[in-house]
Amino acid sequence: MSLARLCLLLGGLLAGNFVHAQETFPVNGIADKREGCYAFVKATIVKNATTTLNNATLVIRNGKIVSVGTGPVPKDAVVIDCGGKYIYPSFVDPYSDYGTQPVKKAVSSRRGEPQLLSATKGAYGWNQAIKSEVNAAAIFNTDESSAKTLREAGFGTVLSHQQDGIARGTGVLVTLADGSENKALIREKASAQYSFDKGSSTQDYPGSLMGSIALLRQTYLDAQWYKTRPAKEGTNLTLQAWNESQSLPQIFDVQDKWDALRADKIGDEFGVQYIIKASGNEYQRIPEMVATKASFILPLNFPLPIDVEDPNDARFVALSDMKHWEMAPSEPAAFEKADIPFSLTASGLKDAKQFLTAIRKAIEYGLSEQKALDAVTLAPARMIKADDQVGSLEPGKLANFLLTSGPLFNENTVLYQNWVQGQRYTIKDEDFRGTYTLTVLPANATYTLLVKNATSLSLIQQDTLAGSISLSGELVKLAFPVKKGAAQLRLSGVTGAKEWNGTGIDTSGALIKWRAVFNAPYTKKDSTKPASQLAIGKLYYPFNGYGWETLPQQQDILIKNATVWTNESEGKLENTDVLVRNGKIAQIGKNLAAGSARVIDGTGKHLTPGIIDEHSHIAISKGVNEGTQSVTSEVRIADVVFPDDVNIYRQLSGGVTSSHLLHGSANTIGGQSQLIKLRWGADAEELKFAGADPFIKFALGENVKQSNWGERQKVRFPQTRMGVEEVLTDAFTRAREYEKEGPGKRRDLELDALVEILHSKRFVTCHSYVQSEINMLIKVADSFDFHINTFTHILEGYKVADKMKQHGAGGSTFADWWAYKMEVQDAIPYNANIMQRVGLTVAINSDDAEMARRLNQEAAKSIKYGDMAEEDALKMVTLNPAKLLHVAEHTGSIKAGKDADLVLWSNNPMSIYAKAEKTMVDGIIYFDRDRDLELRQRISTERNRLVQKMLAEKKKGTATQKAAPTQEEIYHCEDLQAGHQKSLINGN
Amino acid sequence: MKLVSTSIILLASLAANAQELIYPASAQEKTIYLQHATIHVGNGQVIENGSLVFSNGKITAVGSNLPAPAADAKVLDLQGKHVYPGLIAPLTTLGLTEVEAVRSTNDFSEVGEINPSVRSLVAYNTDSKVINTLRSNGILLAQVTPEGGMIPGSSSVVQLDAWNWEDAAYRTDGAIHFYMPSLLQPANNPGRSIPDDKIKESMDKLNQVRTFFREAQAYNQEDKHAVINLKFQAVHKLFTREEKLFIHCDLVKEMLLAVDIAKEFGFDVVIAGGADAWMITDLLKQNNIAVVLKQAHSLPVMQDDDVDQPYKTAAQLQKAGVLFCLSNEGFWQQRNLPFEAGTASTYGLSKEEALSAVTLNTARILGIDKTTGSLEAGKDANITVSTGDIMDMRSSIITQAFIQGREVNLDNKHKQLYERYKHKYGLK
Repeated sequence: MSLARLCLLLGGLLAGNFVHAQETFPVNGIADKREGCYAFVKATIVKNATTTLNNATLVIRNGKIVSVGTGPVPKDAVVIDCGGKYIYPSFVDPYSDYGTQPVKKAVSSRRGEPQLLSATKGAYGWNQAIKSEVNAAAIFNTDESSAKTLREAGFGTVLSHQQDGIARGTGVLVTLADGSENKALIREKASAQYSFDKGSSTQDYPGSLMGSIALLRQTYLDAQWYKTRPAKEGTNLTLQAWNESQSLPQIFDVQDKWDALRADKIGDEFGVQYIIKASGNEYQRIPEMVATKASFILPLNFPLPIDVEDPNDARFVALSDMKHWEMAPSEPAAFEKADIPFSLTASGLKDAKQFLTAIRKAIEYGLSEQKALDAVTLAPARMIKADDQVGSLEPGKLANFLLTSGPLFNENTVLYQNWVQGQRYTIKDEDFRGTYTLTVLPANATYTLLVKNATSLSLIQQDTLAGSISLSGELVKLAFPVKKGAAQLRLSGVTGAKEWNGTGIDTSGALIKWRAVFNAPYTKKDSTKPASQLAIGKLYYPFNGYGWETLPQQQDILIKNATVWTNESEGKLENTDVLVRNGKIAQIGKNLAAGSARVIDGTGKHLTPGIIDEHSHIAISKGVNEGTQSVTSEVRIADVVFPDDVNIYRQLSGGVTSSHLLHGSANTIGGQSQLIKLRWGADAEELKFAGADPFIKFALGENVKQSNWGERQKVRFPQTRMGVEEVLTDAFTRAREYEKEGPGKRRDLELDALVEILHSKRFVTCHSYVQSEINMLIKVADSFDFHINTFTHILEGYKVADKMKQHGAGGSTFADWWAYKMEVQDAIPYNANIMQRVGLTVAINSDDAEMARRLNQEAAKSIKYGDMAEEDALKMVTLNPAKLLHVAEHTGSIKAGKDADLVLWSNNPMSIYAKAEKTMVDGIIYFDRDRDLELRQRISTERNRLVQKMLAEKKKGTATQKAAPTQEEIYHCEDLQAGHQKSLINGN
Repeated sequence: MKLVSTSIILLASLAANAQELIYPASAQEKTIYLQHATIHVGNGQVIENGSLVFSNGKITAVGSNLPAPAADAKVLDLQGKHVYPGLIAPLTTLGLTEVEAVRSTNDFSEVGEINPSVRSLVAYNTDSKVINTLRSNGILLAQVTPEGGMIPGSSSVVQLDAWNWEDAAYRTDGAIHFYMPSLLQPANNPGRSIPDDKIKESMDKLNQVRTFFREAQAYNQEDKHAVINLKFQAVHKLFTREEKLFIHCDLVKEMLLAVDIAKEFGFDVVIAGGADAWMITDLLKQNNIAVVLKQAHSLPVMQDDDVDQPYKTAAQLQKAGVLFCLSNEGFWQQRNLPFEAGTASTYGLSKEEALSAVTLNTARILGIDKTTGSLEAGKDANITVSTGDIMDMRSSIITQAFIQGREVNLDNKHKQLYERYKHKYGLK
C-alpha cells in the first residue's frame, strides 16, 4: 500500500475535525486552539480552469490557503502525500436555498374572498410578494444533512437565498462547513434576488405574469421616489431594503427562455443588468440570449427520457417536449459556443449528487472541460463578486478544495475529500479495491487476491475462486477456499499502516498468521462510448413541430390571374396579378411582368388582404387577466407575448395575419394590449406590429362586477353597473390630478396609462354588451374629453349605434353569439349589419383561438343575417379592424405601397368551402398548404425517431418520466362564455 | 322571392308583438306540393327540378316527374331553391337551459354519478326563446341530452314546434348517456389539485358503472322484486337493445373501453365525442359502433396534430365506412350545425355525404330513421327549404320549414329585435 493511500485512509479515520474556536465564545473545559496547518504534497493541483501545477504543494492554515505550488512545507504542517491525486477548488453554487426554510407556494383559489393588501405584519410595503426586507443571513442556519449532500457533489460555497416571492431580498454567501453559522457565513449580503413567481404570497395581486412585471417596474419607481423620504409614505422598510440592495449583484430566476428576455427588459428600463438564473430551454433562442448581455446561471436538471411505451399516452406528448429532452443537455455547450458568460448550478436537480453526472452529460453534448470547470468555480465566484474568497486556489482564499483520484470529469474519478474552510470532509474512503499478495504463515504459502468491492473477492489461480471480504473501519475479515470445493480459509485482522495483517484458521483448524500487500488498483473494463454517438435533431423556430429550421426570408412574389378583393374603390378585380416586392404590395394589374419574382398561379383562386382579429387572446404567457384590482392599466400584454403558441400557426392556416392581443375582461380598466403580426418563428419583439398606436382594454358589465364568479366574490368594488361608472370617473379624476402634481410626484404606471388616454396617445377598446353601459361609457369619456375608439363584443351595439356614431366609436362584435349569460340575452346576429348601416366601422372578432381560424366565415354570416354585400362582409375582418386599430395605412386592403399581408384562397373567401392556401405577412409566406403537408411528415418522422430513442434509453435501464400530456395555454376574455373551446388536455 | 316577401309582410304585421305570438302550427290540412326545386334527399341522392308531395304530415311522393298536383293541393313553386330534410341536432341541452350563466335556468345536470332514471324530456322547455332561432336555420329535431355525473339519465328526441314537451316528444327516452371518466393523466400544474393517479380513479369509477350494469342485468332477469330499484329498471331496454347507450368519450383508450362495454353487455353503443376516432376507424367499423362526432369547429387535440384534423375527421370515418353524424356543442350554438357539415365537406366529404351527417345518419344513430332523416315517401314531412346551399352561410337562408307537414313559423326573437331597430333607424 502506497503511502499516499495510507495517509488518506488515516485522514478519513480521524473522527471529529477540529473546529475553529471563536474568540467571543466561552470554552467549557481546556482551550484547544489549533491552526490546522496542512501541506498536501506531490499533488496535481488545478488552481483554476486554465492553470494546472504538477507535483505541487498546497499549504493551508487557519482555514485559508497559504501557498500553492512549490512553497515550503511548514514544519508544523501535517504532511499529506497526494501522489497521483488531483486537487481542485471546491465548487461554488451561485443559486441555492441552502440553510433557509422551504417555502410553501400559496394555492390561489377563487373560492376564497380576495385579499387586497399584504398580510405581512410590520412597516413593510403594500405587496406581499415584494419581500426585499428578507435578509437570508438573518434566517440562515447550517444544515448538516444538506451540507453533506452538497459537499459530496463538490460544492464548498453557495450563495443562498429564500426562494420566495417576486423580490426575494438579499442572498447570503456561506460555506458548507458544519457547525457554527458564524464561521460558515462569509458575506452577509451578497446579492439581491428576484423572480416572476409570487410564491407564498396570499395576496391577489399580481395574478398574472404581466402583473408581476408591472409590480416590479412600479417598485423600481417607488423605491426611487422613496429615496426622497416622502412624508406621505411614512417608513417603508421594504423600499428601504430594496434601495440598500441595489448595489449588489442582482439575480433573476426565470422559468422559461422568454422570461429571461422579459427580465432583461425590465433591467434595461431601470439600468440594472441582471444575472439570469436560466430555466434550461434558453438554447432554443441563443441569439436573443446573447443580446441580453447578461451572465447566466444554468441549471442542469435535464429532463429524463419520457416513457413512451404506451403509444396512446405518447400521443399526448408534444414533439417539442420530446425534442427538449434530447436537446436540453446541449444548453451549456450552446452558451459556450455563443460566448455567453455562465456558471452552473445544482439548483433544480432532484439530487445534488447528480451534479457531476449532469456536467459530464453536458460535456458529452459539447461543453469543453475547461469551461465546465470554470463554470463551477471561478465564473460563479466572479459573478457574485466572491472571487476574492473562493473559486480558485490562491493564497489568501478560503481553503475550499477537492481531493480526487483523477481528472475531475473522468467518469471513473472518485471524489475522496472536500475540504471546506480548512476542514476535511471525507466523501469516499480511499479505494481499497485491487490485487493483493497474501502470505500465510507458518506455511509461507502465497495467494493473489482480487478485491472487487466491499463484499466480494476472488482468488486468482488456475480456477478463479470466489471468496468474501468485510471491512469495518480498520478491521477486515476475509474468507476463501484455496481449492475448488475445499473448505475455507478464514482470516481476520487490521488494515494497518503498511500492510494488512492478522490471524486466522486454516482448513485443518490450525491457527495461522497472515499479511497482505497491495499490488495494483482494480481497473474496471473501459466503458468509453463511441464519440460519434451524439446525433441530435435540429432546432425549430419557434420550438414547435410546425416551426422553421431556418427562418424564412422575404422574396418577391407575383400572384397571377387571381380574383383580387382589393377592399379599395376598384372593388373585386377578376383575372388580376399582384406583385409583391420587399414585403410590400408593389403593383396590381393585368399581365404584370414577373422579373425575378416567384410566380404563384392564382387561376380560379381568390386573393384578399390578410385577416385581422381585433379581439384575440392567443400567444400570451401565464395569464390574460390581471383581474385582481378594478384598475390595472399598468399591466401590458406587450410584456408577455408568447411566440411559441401553435395557435399562431393554426390561425395563419385560416388566413389571419394580424391579431390584437387583449387583456381579459375581469376588471373595468384592464391592461394595455398589443397588436402583432403573425410572423411565425419570430421572437416577441419581432412579432409586434411596429409603429402601431397603443391601445388598452376596458370592460363593463357582468365580468367586471363579478356577477358569475360565485357568492364569495362580493368584496371587490364595483358589484353593479352603477359602481362601474364610478370606477371610471374616479380613475380619470385621479389621472387628471396626477398630471397636475408638481415636482417630487410619485410616478404611477397605472395613471400614466390613463393620462395617455386623456391625451389621445392611447386608445380604448372596451368589452361591453348592454346598451345602458355603452351609453354610460360614452358619457364618461365625453365628460373627460377623450374618446372610446372601439366597443368590442358590443352585442347591443345595434340599440345605440346612433350614439356610438355620434361619439365616433367603432364596433367589433361576434357574428352570432348569445344566451351564454344574462347580458347577452338581446344579442342578435343582425347586430353587425345594423351598426354598419348606421355608419359605424364594424369588425367581427373571435375572442377564441378556434374561431379565429374561420373569421372569414363569421363575417360571411352577415350575408345570411341581413343581406350584407360580400365585399363589405370581408371588410369586417380585414380593412375595418385595420381602421379600428389605426393601421389601415399599412394593411387591410390590396393597394400598392401597403404591407403584403395577403391570403390566397381556394374559393370565394366568404364561402365555407374556401381554404386559405397561402398566407403571407410582409411578403413572407408563413403558411402554405403544400409545405404544411411536408411539415406533417416531418413531425411524424421526428416523433418516431425520438420515440425509438427514448425506448432504447428505457431498455438500457435509464430512469424515465411518465408521459404527461403537453399543455397549451388557451385564453378567452372569461371562462363562462359558451361556444368556447374546451381543450381535452387542459380541461379548463 | 315571393315567399320571402310574404314572410316579411307577416313579420311587419307582428312587429309590435313579442315572440309569444309565434304559435306552434296546427296539423297539416291540405296536401302540399313543392315543385321546381333541387331536392337533397339526405341519402346522397339529389333530384334536380324535383317535386315533393306530402299530406297528413307524411311524404307521399318525391321525384322529378311526378303527376301534376291535385286540384286542392297547395302548390309552392320553389324555382332555384333547395329542399332538405329537416336537420337534426344530436346531443344538445336545448330547452334545458336558457341563460347558461344563470343557475336557475339550468336544468341539465343532476346531483349524483349514476342516475339512469332521470329523464331530460320532462324538463324540456318548449317556450325557450332559443328554439325558434334553430328552426329558422333549418334545425327541426333535437336530441335533448342531460349532463353531469357518469350516467346523468336518458335523452329524448323532440321536434321543435310544440306547445309542451308531450307534444314535442319524437322519440321518448331513446338513449341512456354515460360520460366516461377521463383516462388522461393531466400534467401536474401548480395551483391545481390533480389526483396523483387520475387513471386509477377513473378506472375505479368505471368499475362502479360496470358493477351497476351487471347488477342491473341480473335484476332485470327477474320480474318480481322485494325491493324496487328504479335505476336498474331504467336501463332495462339497454339489454334488449330497444334503447342505445351513448358513451361520451374522445380518446382511444376510452373508446376501447366503450367497445368493450358494448361487447360485455351486448349494448347498442354509440360513441359521443370521438375526437380521436380517426385513429381507430377499423375497430369501430368491425364492432359496428356509430359515432356522434364532436363539433368539427374545434382545435386539434394536440399541437402536433394536423391543423385541420377536427375538420377532416368526418371524412376519415366516412372513408372507413363508420356510421357517424355531426354535432355541435351547447344549445344556442346548434343553429350553426349546417356549417359544421359545410366544413366537413370542405375537408373531404362530398356535399351530400355532409348533408347525411346532419340528417339521415343522425336519424339512424338516434333510431328515428324509419320516420325522418331523408325525404322519402312514407316518412314524416320534416322539410327545410333554403334559397341556396344550406351548409354555406353565404346562401343558407331558410324560407320555409315543415315539421310533420305543419308549416313552421320561422320568426324568432332575433328577427323581431332586428325589425325593431331597423324601425328605430329608419332602415329598410
